[in-house]
Amino acid sequence: MTADDTTLDASAPWLEVDALLDDPRTRIVVCCGSGGVGKTTTAAALGVRAAERGRKAVVLTIDPARRLAQSMGISELDNVPRRVKGVDETAGGELHAMMLDMKRTFDEIVEGHADAERARAILENPFYQSLSAGFAGTQEYMAMEKLGQLRAGDAWDLIIVDTPPSRSALDFLDAPKRLGSFLDGKFIRVLMAPAKVGGRAGMKFLNVGMSMMTGTLSKLMGGQLLRDVQTFVAAMDTMFGGFRTRADATYRLLQAPGTAFLVVAAPERDALREAAYFVERLAAEQMPLAGLVLNRVHGSGAAQLSAERALAAAEALTERAAEEDCAENLEPAGIVDHHNGKADPGTAGSLSPAATAEQEPPTSASAAHLAARLLRLHAERMQVLARERRTRDRFTALHPEVPVTEVAALPGDVHDLAGLRAIGDRLALSRAEADR
Amino acid sequence: MSRLHVVSGKGGTGKTTVAAALALALATEGRRTLLVEVEGRQGIAQLFETEALPYEERKIAVGPASEGGGRRAGGEVHALAIDAERALLDYLQMFYKLGGAGRALKKLGAIDFATTIAPGLRDVLLTGKACEAVRRKDKTGRFLYDAVVMDAPPTGRITRFLNVNDEVAGLAKIGPIHHQAQAVMRVLKSPETAVHMVTLLEEMPVQETADGIAELRAAGIPVGGIVINMTRPALLDNGDLEVAARGARTGIAKALSQAGLGGARRGGLAERLIDPLLEQAREHAERVELERTEHAELKAIGLPTYELELLPEGVDLAGLYRLARDLRKQGPI
Repeated sequence: MTADDTTLDASAPWLEVDALLDDPRTRIVVCCGSGGVGKTTTAAALGVRAAERGRKAVVLTIDPARRLAQSMGISELDNVPRRVKGVDETAGGELHAMMLDMKRTFDEIVEGHADAERARAILENPFYQSLSAGFAGTQEYMAMEKLGQLRAGDAWDLIIVDTPPSRSALDFLDAPKRLGSFLDGKFIRVLMAPAKVGGRAGMKFLNVGMSMMTGTLSKLMGGQLLRDVQTFVAAMDTMFGGFRTRADATYRLLQAPGTAFLVVAAPERDALREAAYFVERLAAEQMPLAGLVLNRVHGSGAAQLSAERALAAAEALTERAAEEDCAENLEPAGIVDHHNGKADPGTAGSLSPAATAEQEPPTSASAAHLAARLLRLHAERMQVLARERRTRDRFTALHPEVPVTEVAALPGDVHDLAGLRAIGDRLALSRAEADR
Repeated sequence: MSRLHVVSGKGGTGKTTVAAALALALATEGRRTLLVEVEGRQGIAQLFETEALPYEERKIAVGPASEGGGRRAGGEVHALAIDAERALLDYLQMFYKLGGAGRALKKLGAIDFATTIAPGLRDVLLTGKACEAVRRKDKTGRFLYDAVVMDAPPTGRITRFLNVNDEVAGLAKIGPIHHQAQAVMRVLKSPETAVHMVTLLEEMPVQETADGIAELRAAGIPVGGIVINMTRPALLDNGDLEVAARGARTGIAKALSQAGLGGARRGGLAERLIDPLLEQAREHAERVELERTEHAELKAIGLPTYELELLPEGVDLAGLYRLARDLRKQGPI
């Protein structure tokens, strides 16, 4: 096995992250992917890198892990981008970060689009209060709304968005459309029917069918909830046009050439299946896909040694060390140490107390045991590599047109700027560097 | 003993796999479990290697046989992918005989509104359907399902998802929706329900698990156990690294060379393996240390924990049965 086997097939294009971030035409980067693949960390790392390369960037995160948020100084949820301290601004860039506050965003839309009295009526409506507090779907609408606002404000030249942890990761794409179809639908007219009937007697005759419908609705929902909904819809009536326009505008913004979608995935079957689904959906929606970020990929500095050879060598060493143990069985300390290691070579805990107690340099037998464990560990690593390669190849076979970059796995989690910087470095490796 | 098992956890921790393994584990002889899916992903069908599940309860597997003397066959696992829209239409039909009106509502966009936009209704329908299955009895008055296992939304949304009926009951203060919401909430807050959290031994999932449990407790929803998923054996640890640091280099090089991996001298094939091998060992030891810390943190939460090993080749049907047996061995969940 050669090093080439563990890196990307040369036919798959490489994703040049720095070229993407440096291009002034790139105005929005959307990180999407299934849960737990590192979307938020990737978005944050891209933000740090873009800022340190001279872009005036803002990262919009939806639901960051607490320590990641702290690392960027946005642990408070106040819906306003905050400047991230500690970023190297010598290249002329800066980084801002914010965490989405759904309710606040929704309230701001209402306040911005209705006169004071109407706004108050909406904000006090119980139906509105529940809706804005974040039931299924609201987060997606508000994330897209916030993105539209940030873009319209034009205070940043690069906006990096992390997408909500939705039940289907593409809900945020559907949100504007769904809202639109609802607002255009007949249902909303049914809901508003009684409010209008009162004012316009002529409508009454036409609306017999609709009144029957509201009767049914009232029976189901209870009169008071239906009235809350109707009041809400009536109060929102004047704003709906605005909603619709904004939803459409945000959708078009996502399709525009200045937008780049990055699909984030881990090299695992389920995550890559989801990633393939994303790629297909984005194509169907004519959304510009920049590429796939394959996170937490394993590598090995000793990839020339195959799993099979490493395991065979480990077996041989264990056997031979066992023979030596028998020969040395006059030394009691040696027996305890080596028998433990031999009886259960897979358990680290059993060996370490004896090993740390022993202060002399290791005997040849204990060196052999240690070498055997290193080889077994290596064999496991090579098996992981092979598995990751197979899942990745399945993806590239389906979508050979999608540029890919790989990010090497870190042993622990990232919770400071240095860690984000390190991820950024890994994200931006060229193919040749990644191969090494 | 709980009958509704709700399985949550951070994205990527293997909720669906654990829920499926639990449904199998609970399907001991003569028992029938129902595995429900609420997020429309068809993850259950993929795991059980069957075609996509319709909105219909159907038998998909037989539980693993009990081990030991006189092996007895396992019980039955049924599965259901709950679809909010179908659940609403069923509900209208069942309680109001509104078959035709239901279709009219659908045409109007009301059903779409109710299941995707109206606050919480979707979640009420999903939890409502699961609770209905928990309470359903056969002709003899015996519960139709001995246990219902739900592959639930992730930790970040689980409390709101389960607590939605409280909110809706507050919103609709009278009427059928109000009563339905209250009935569902009575099941969810009773000892009949247990929410289990799936986690990995990594910082973020463990943190989310602790936060999620605190939220559930604050909402008065009973928490069951913690399932630590995809655990890996420690092949070596810091002790071994100390041995290596105390001058075992030459010894290791010799050993590698004797095992036929090339020359042990400086620059020899075997000698050149040492640095990368030790680097891998260092990473591994670092991870082992982190895992120990996270493990201790989970233990400190004070709930029963269950551990499931990582299946290196991914989870296929055989792997699922193995996980189910492993769960059973760890006592009642």
